[in-house]
Amino acid sequence: MIPELGHFALIIAFAITIVQSVVPLIGAAKNNATLMSLARPAALTQLLFVGLAYAALTHAFIVHDFSVLYVSQHSNLVQPLMYRISGVWGSHEGSLLLWSLILSIWTVAVAVYSRNLPEILMARVLSVMAMISTGFLAFMLFTSNPFERIFPMPADGSELNPLLQDPGLIIHPPLLYMGYVGFSVAFAFAVAALLGGKLDATWARWSRPWTTIAWSFLTIGIALGSWWAYNELGWGGWWFWDPVENASFMPWLVGTALIHSLASTEKRGVFKSWTVLLAILAFSLSLLGTFIVRSGVLVSVHAFATDPARGVFILAFLIVVVGGSLALYAWRSETVISSGRFKWFSRESALLLNNIIFLTAAAAVFVGTMYPLVMDAFGLGKISVGRPYFDTMFALVAIPLALLLGVGPSIRWKGDSWSRIARRMSLMFVVSLLLGLLLPFMFEDELNIATGLGLAAALWIAITTLKDLFSRLAQKMRLSLSYAGMVMAHLGVAVFIAGVTVTMTYNIEKDLRMVPGSSYNIAGYDFRFLGTRKVQGENYVADEAIIEVWSDGEKRGELFPQKRVYSGKSSPMTDASIDKTFFRDLYGALGEELENGAWSMRIYYKPLIRWIWLGCILMTIGGVLAVSDRRYRQTVRQKVSRKLETANA
Amino acid sequence: MNKRSRRKVLIFAIVFGVAVATVLGLTAFEENLLYFYSPTQVKEGEAPLTHSFRVGGLVVDGSVIREPDSLTVRFDITDNTEVMTVAYTGILPDLFREGQGIVAMGKLQENGSFVAQEVLAKHDENYMPPEVADALKAAEQAAKEKSGKI
Repeated sequence: MIPELGHFALIIAFAITIVQSVVPLIGAAKNNATLMSLARPAALTQLLFVGLAYAALTHAFIVHDFSVLYVSQHSNLVQPLMYRISGVWGSHEGSLLLWSLILSIWTVAVAVYSRNLPEILMARVLSVMAMISTGFLAFMLFTSNPFERIFPMPADGSELNPLLQDPGLIIHPPLLYMGYVGFSVAFAFAVAALLGGKLDATWARWSRPWTTIAWSFLTIGIALGSWWAYNELGWGGWWFWDPVENASFMPWLVGTALIHSLASTEKRGVFKSWTVLLAILAFSLSLLGTFIVRSGVLVSVHAFATDPARGVFILAFLIVVVGGSLALYAWRSETVISSGRFKWFSRESALLLNNIIFLTAAAAVFVGTMYPLVMDAFGLGKISVGRPYFDTMFALVAIPLALLLGVGPSIRWKGDSWSRIARRMSLMFVVSLLLGLLLPFMFEDELNIATGLGLAAALWIAITTLKDLFSRLAQKMRLSLSYAGMVMAHLGVAVFIAGVTVTMTYNIEKDLRMVPGSSYNIAGYDFRFLGTRKVQGENYVADEAIIEVWSDGEKRGELFPQKRVYSGKSSPMTDASIDKTFFRDLYGALGEELENGAWSMRIYYKPLIRWIWLGCILMTIGGVLAVSDRRYRQTVRQKVSRKLETANA
Repeated sequence: MNKRSRRKVLIFAIVFGVAVATVLGLTAFEENLLYFYSPTQVKEGEAPLTHSFRVGGLVVDGSVIREPDSLTVRFDITDNTEVMTVAYTGILPDLFREGQGIVAMGKLQENGSFVAQEVLAKHDENYMPPEVADALKAAEQAAKEKSGKI
């Protein structure tokens, strides 16, 4: 009964979103306040019903209602409660429902927190968001109903992949979706502005905090995914350039360009139409990302052929959203005139260059990810793009980006002089370059230019960012939270680059054959394999190795990597054991048992790997700080009240 | 340098930078394209000796041989038409089993053996790498056509 209620709630939500898409828009066109005022209550009711549907599906998971096909496929009787709740978004249908729920939450958030928005803009924004919602709800109702029943009802469901039974992975998809879907707000603002033909600096000020908070969610979501892969997959890597990862990385890259471009638009009223285009692009890539990960295209492009309804719907939806918004852009962007003027050497130019770099990176990832899919779809052969391509592209992009990041924040708006900047920065440049090139000598005896440049880039960013901060403090300037956010995020980039550079150059990965009692030395750490023992877990049995790590005659740590066999599964699972410190990780994973008690084993030494995620955390904190800036709320209120005064006068 | 010529230099630098980046990018792309071949295609000599590529198929039952005192493993893979041997030194993925579909990335040697740098089996026990599934289907199709002709 409850699953039917859930299904019914979805249908009602679908009907509401149609009303919410159409009526306020007509109201905006006719300047009818009654019709426009419908948007807010509609958004709230929509959230209520999508929430009910979501609760119904969660309930089905909790009470083991295996008569629901989706539940029987992704849950079973021994599944712990936590993983039953998260099982809702374990696969295609449920993750669409989560997507819709998050979209409803964002819609209501806009309705509630942007009370100061002009009524007409609010009506348009909520209407555009409802259109997206309509698309997703229709997709669910017509092709991917999570409440579909199965008859006869199975006695037990099938197990959730043990790999996915990890706390990190419970919150990874929701955070990622908060980011993806959050870009829909920037998208809705952009489309609403195009519809109204009125795009001023206040528009940028309204959409900026939404974009930044969505970007923060996406940043931490991606970082969490990387962290999970490192901990759970047992390969010790932190990024694989896997299409699934790339799908989330592309919107991030464009989103990063967008938050920088929004800064120009808000502060100086420039690049307006470009910013609008980026907002459309960021959300389009979010949609693409959602679909390529969840629709099964990656498993096989021919999944479309076996389930044409889904494939056709996805293509149609993408075409309507992307094509529709681009057409609107082409039609209306002439009405968007950038007002500010600036010289060639100015903050505006620096931010534009930032955008070019980020879009280049996004294009590189796009080509590497989509080209194999397209080739396969047209039957032109099966290819894949190797990691070195992505690594090369990003090394290429990182150099100008790092250079720019050091200089950019010091360049004045409107125009600055080369010589002023050169005078200020040249010493810092030389110092960071020299220090960067010298640092690798701590680890090796030869000059290592690539690593040196990477470290120089990190130092350059850190030094210039801190210098700017201290000189502002010295001048007793009042520092805004958004400035603090920028400093934090840029320091995060420096930490990230340092982590990536050092990890990639100096990590040591050994696949070994070890007999109990033997030891192996890497990077000054002696790994002593004492033997294995049997361990009984909640729903698995495991062989656990005992490895002691010694250096300089002292015991530094112990590793207990496991090889688990989950009940009901025939294949074993690797559970790596990691000794973590701020400067290095020691990583042990079991391979398989060989003859005479010997085991194949992975022993890794990963210096500074923690800095990679630390960098991402700093970037996220930076985003949150920037959003907390009071000026977003205050100025909006002031602007509006001023406008009202003039209107009344 | 006056303003005008400075602007020219800047534009030139940007165009030059973009051109260099494009060339480097395309080269990196070309060099890192990995083609997929089935055992049948490898046996027919379609696969290159100079480049790395990927092969895939089912691991033949009873073909997995481990060299003593090392991590080197040899096994045969098949698309049910042809069989080829893959050598790999390292730790095999958890889902590697006889009868399971796998994909290996590596280089073909002069003597016809394939030395893998990487062996992949996906995270799902029931899941067959799509390339392998297609290769099996193609081989089956070819066999049918052949028997039909005879």
